[in-house]
Amino acid sequence: MAGFDVARVRKDFPLLERSINGQRIVYLDSAATSQKPRRVLDAMQQYYETCNANVHRSVYQIAGEATEQYENARHKVRRFVNAASEREVVFVKNATEAINLVAHSWGRMHLQPGDAVVLTHLEHHANIVPWQILAAERGIEIRWVPLTHDYELDLTDLDRLLDGAKAFCFSAMSNVLGTITPVRLLTDAAHAHGAIAVVDACQYVPHVPTDVQEMGADVLAFSAHKMCGPTGIGVLWGREALLDAMPPFLGGGDMISDVRLDGFTPNELPVKFEAGTPPIAEAVGLGAAIDYLNDLGMANVRAHEMALTGYALDRLEERYGDDITVFGPRNVEHRGGAISFAFRDVHPHDISQVLDQSNVCVRAGHHCAKPLMRLLGVQATARASVYVYNDADDVEALVEALAAASDFFTI
Amino acid sequence: MPGLEDLYREIVLDHYRNPRNKGELPVPPAVRTEGVNPLCGDEIAVYLNVVDGHVVDIKVRGQGCSISQSSASMMSSAVKGRTVEEVRALVRAFMRMMSIHEHALESDEAEPEPEVKLGDLEALRGVVKFPPRIKCATLAWFTLTQGLDEATGATA
Repeated sequence: MAGFDVARVRKDFPLLERSINGQRIVYLDSAATSQKPRRVLDAMQQYYETCNANVHRSVYQIAGEATEQYENARHKVRRFVNAASEREVVFVKNATEAINLVAHSWGRMHLQPGDAVVLTHLEHHANIVPWQILAAERGIEIRWVPLTHDYELDLTDLDRLLDGAKAFCFSAMSNVLGTITPVRLLTDAAHAHGAIAVVDACQYVPHVPTDVQEMGADVLAFSAHKMCGPTGIGVLWGREALLDAMPPFLGGGDMISDVRLDGFTPNELPVKFEAGTPPIAEAVGLGAAIDYLNDLGMANVRAHEMALTGYALDRLEERYGDDITVFGPRNVEHRGGAISFAFRDVHPHDISQVLDQSNVCVRAGHHCAKPLMRLLGVQATARASVYVYNDADDVEALVEALAAASDFFTI
Repeated sequence: MPGLEDLYREIVLDHYRNPRNKGELPVPPAVRTEGVNPLCGDEIAVYLNVVDGHVVDIKVRGQGCSISQSSASMMSSAVKGRTVEEVRALVRAFMRMMSIHEHALESDEAEPEPEVKLGDLEALRGVVKFPPRIKCATLAWFTLTQGLDEATGATA
């Protein structure tokens, strides 16, 4: 099934060795956050125990080592997404902050009343609300690319929507539907209309080999914690010329080259956007997560998840037929491993509660995508999502545990 | 580990499947208040008709999980026909059962609360063993409190 042995991979994740009431944990919520391998936890521990000091500040040895580890993480990120240089890799808190940074800095510099920003109906709140804040403040127009009945972007009117637009901001993979969008086609379309392409790749980078140059993106955002790394750090990648022309977002230490009583001169990229002491241990953890994923091989990760997602869709359909509705593409080539579903008329909260009795962890709710929920005509969905440590046994546990939901809620 | 039977008691599921006092009331004379649980999207609208210090009618519209909707149904049955004071005492008693205490009630000087009979609402006691679900159970009650404040001109 995969180029790696899932049983061995699972042993790398200490949390997955925990049992509750004598039963193992079936973790199917990696679209919310992934579990962390020992290697990441050890790297962060090693940093704190051997060279904890502030970065970019002091001349003593451990400060130098801390800076080196921090910058080495940036180098690993650059290679992982094939950025042209380290100057294009900005460490932020998470993908949400990355998009907010772009909306705040680039948006305030370039958008005038009446300008249009194009979003899609499958966006996470993180790629909606920053633009809505700007819309309220600047009087810009937000346009929406709709969805087809197959849960893919409906590109019929794309040219009309992009006409005169300044930015096209879209997700590379939906956190609800799993849909993978045609990124290159979309970035080309944006550029043909003179718009920049902002890619929310929070669900994409952890699961699919990513090459920002091949994608043709101008900006790409992702979070470490969904890719085996720690919480508290994410990445804003941007084309150097674009980032260079953008004003600073947060002001403070590290982001300046000079401060006088009458003003300041911002520092160079990328630290121009890294005000204050950054998440150093978290960067080290992210670097270790990238090493871990590279050892598995991102092509193998993608192949594993395609096979497992296909298996899960088949098993759910076989067992429950019309009693289950999956919201998302059926073709695994067009989707990732987030499987949102409705089961009979049991509310997702109740499904999640019943599954928890079997230690099957799935998310229930609106997944921070309320506009999409309204379009789907549901208030919430249950969502199971797979990653490198999940296998067919986990899918079977989900299928079995769902049967218990019927016992309580079927009259 | 608490079992699902503690949470999904038969009477709770009955109120979920057959919600009481479902619907709307003309506004005015009724007041309409809305509550949402931003985490999971549960929604509720409470229509409250208060005349001469009595809850003469109540209707509830909502969408959500079994706990939020059955709690709303049980709440509507429990408050209909009661005086505003009785309803407020019931709200406090229910919130206490859900481990939610007003600061005043926690101090030693607080007046002892008269005994309030929770009746069928006791069936929701198991919810406290499932802390993430307390918000589901209390949504209708917070919305009711807003409605009472609005109907009686009290400031929250």
